[in-house]
Amino acid sequence: MGRYVIRRLLQMIPVFIGSTFLIFFMVYALGDPVAAMFGERSPDPATAAQIRRELYLDAPLWKQYLHYMGQIFQGNFGTAFNGQSVTELMASAFPVTLRLTVVAIVIEMAVGIVLGVFSGLRRGRGIDTSVLVLTLVVVSIPTFVSGYLLQFVFGVQWGWAAPSVSPDVPLNELLLPGLVLALVSLAYVTRLTRTSIAENVRADYVRTALAKGLPRHRVITRHLLRNSLIPVVTFIGTDIGALMGGAIVTERIFNIHGVGYQLYQGILRQNSPTVVGFVTILVLVFLLANLLVDLLYAVLDPRIRYA
Amino acid sequence: MRGATLAKWAVCAAATGLTATACGGGGAASAGVVSASWGDPQNPLEPANTNEVQGGKVLEMLFRGLKRYNPKTGAAENVIADRIATADSQHFTVTLKDGWSFSNGEKVTAHSFVDAWNYGALLTNKQKNAPFFQYIDGFAKVHPASGTPTAKTLSGLAVKDARTFTVTLNQKFSSWPDTLGYTAFMPLPHSFYTDHSGWLRKPVGNGPYRVDSYEKGSVLRMRKWGKYPGSDRAQNAGIDLRVYTDNNTAYTDLQAGNLDLVDDVPAAQLKSVKSDLGDRYLNQPAGIIQTLTFPMYDKAWGGPGKDKVRRGLSMAIDRNQITREIFRRTRTPATDWTSPVLGADGGYKAGLCGEACVFNPSRARQLIKEGGGLPGGRMTVTYNADTGSHKDWIDALCNSINTSLGSDNACTGAPVGTFGDFRNKIAAKRMGGPFRAGWQMDYPLIQNFLQPLYYTNGSANDGKFSNHGFDALVDKANAQTDTGRAVAAFQDAEKVLAAQMPSIPLWYQNGSGGYSERISNVSLNPFSVPVYNEIKVN
Repeated sequence: MGRYVIRRLLQMIPVFIGSTFLIFFMVYALGDPVAAMFGERSPDPATAAQIRRELYLDAPLWKQYLHYMGQIFQGNFGTAFNGQSVTELMASAFPVTLRLTVVAIVIEMAVGIVLGVFSGLRRGRGIDTSVLVLTLVVVSIPTFVSGYLLQFVFGVQWGWAAPSVSPDVPLNELLLPGLVLALVSLAYVTRLTRTSIAENVRADYVRTALAKGLPRHRVITRHLLRNSLIPVVTFIGTDIGALMGGAIVTERIFNIHGVGYQLYQGILRQNSPTVVGFVTILVLVFLLANLLVDLLYAVLDPRIRYA
Repeated sequence: MRGATLAKWAVCAAATGLTATACGGGGAASAGVVSASWGDPQNPLEPANTNEVQGGKVLEMLFRGLKRYNPKTGAAENVIADRIATADSQHFTVTLKDGWSFSNGEKVTAHSFVDAWNYGALLTNKQKNAPFFQYIDGFAKVHPASGTPTAKTLSGLAVKDARTFTVTLNQKFSSWPDTLGYTAFMPLPHSFYTDHSGWLRKPVGNGPYRVDSYEKGSVLRMRKWGKYPGSDRAQNAGIDLRVYTDNNTAYTDLQAGNLDLVDDVPAAQLKSVKSDLGDRYLNQPAGIIQTLTFPMYDKAWGGPGKDKVRRGLSMAIDRNQITREIFRRTRTPATDWTSPVLGADGGYKAGLCGEACVFNPSRARQLIKEGGGLPGGRMTVTYNADTGSHKDWIDALCNSINTSLGSDNACTGAPVGTFGDFRNKIAAKRMGGPFRAGWQMDYPLIQNFLQPLYYTNGSANDGKFSNHGFDALVDKANAQTDTGRAVAAFQDAEKVLAAQMPSIPLWYQNGSGGYSERISNVSLNPFSVPVYNEIKVN
């Protein structure tokens, strides 16, 4: 087990180097960011040259990349154009997005698994069909539609929740954006759980458990659910990374200043240190979440062993 | 036992989220404080480094300079300056009023200005507004076009005593004192130089507000400075500027009573804004003009005889219809190259453009034909697609041109992904056809609408227009000591633009905004920025 983890961790190094280079190259391909800093005015050439030198933009791409990587290993992720260090931006943005992600994941697991279990156990009946229709509707609505809609209905029409999240990002204000963020994944979790449950409910071990005389709820929670959750756990694990990086739309609608906001600003201003730094961390989060999922398999299914 | 692991993990993750919540108090606004929408400023909040509206509106609250533009009329009025005297429009003596200080107690002296201007001009400080000091003698030494500076300070600035300093310009510039209300010319306290990073975390100025706390990228809380010596004291207890990435969210927050003031009503809401807000909707002229600029460096557009094509295109655009249907009258069809906020005395002259800015499809077709037609029979209008919903009006504009010329594909929009890329293409002279341009004035002077944009090698002369007659008239205007005569000379220069049409004036842009029932006495200044210090909390 320990060896397996170490091997997986070592595999992250090439992924890390490759992804940083690709992202660095892509942001570089967007062109020179200095011109945009001067608004509608053409940049003063002398000042622009000074800024380029300071940001290391006057060197060729490979030199810029090496310089950037060298800085990263000293714990320096560079500086955003407004003068803040990228590490400072990360320190303020990641906890916010993490909180939003946790709210979304909790909603998605609680609602998704419960709905999935019910529709899986009552396959083909009314509840199964209604859940199917519901999830189809949810999957087909893009986030920006559901986001603006729920924001307007809950925030303005009914006044149940604040339409935007205040700077301190309290958890209760994150419920609505968390729900919006969770909606699509929630539908997937429901479908996955339902299929898995519907399949396993006829398995021999369920019949055996019932024949043993175990109570029904115990059969469902201890035997059926645990075996059916493996695909769901895989999905949620990959979803953590997707939610953290993919919250750009939701964070914009609810004015949450997390990772999505910083990435959006970084891309708009073509600030490579911000974009590369944030995406690199996201890549690492994604890899770690996947590792965690693989380890969870062993917990859920005793037949799986890592050597 | 194993089953519990999953649950434990979930609880742990949730707990991390919970503990992280426990930072700072509630988000509710305190009594008498106005909450307003804001965009994250692009640059650090240094006066000589702030060249856009979002940072500018903060500096307007935190600083007072020699002059300030009257929020209603736009006239430059003395604030800290007691007198700015000159005999020849080139040598100026500035005398300061007594009794001004920064909010940390330090006195505002001649040094506060001279040191700040020297800092702003010095190349190695990389201040983006450095060109604003280019008229001061010695600028070429502290800010050479290439290489390193050979002097640290501007030779044209000299401190006489604590309240007097002299300025020598390198050319005659009669309206130069009126430019001094611009943010680049604000005074700075000692702490700006001695503890620069500390100052940036919590800027200290001499305006009606002081910074209470600044969470970068999120919220800037400013509170009334009780000992402010000026006459324009804050009428409210403070302003909380909250950063919004999406102006739709700010508008929704306003509707829900979660925010007091938005200074940018999203285009999609213009239809319903009157019924949503009633008379709490602001729609006032601002010093912004939108134009369609031609690449004069391209023979196909700037060659001899092509002025007819350019004038013809101007006549092919139905400005009235577009401002009515697309902009819902938040923009007004333009008939000159300045802005109504200047007023008739300041140089605005409706109709100066003449028949070239009047919609006339048949004359447009005729002129374009006489000029040799559109290059290759068709044209593209380039714009940046990332901000400002330009696509809607560019499409309408092309539609208008196509209808006038009776051809379905004469004009098409050509989007560029980001503003940065758009600016790079312009700087590299890679525009193959007209492109959109918007000009927001730095100070309410007719000079600012003409010289940077159309003077040979002007700092914002994107079309690279160059005309000896125009340049000579601008020089003549700058040398005039009498404002009336200077304005008349500028208007003569503008008539050159009407004949040459290096850029088509499209429309004057209004500032828009909306506010909650909690506040009153809200208005926008000529820069489309709310006059924060006059807002009253009911």
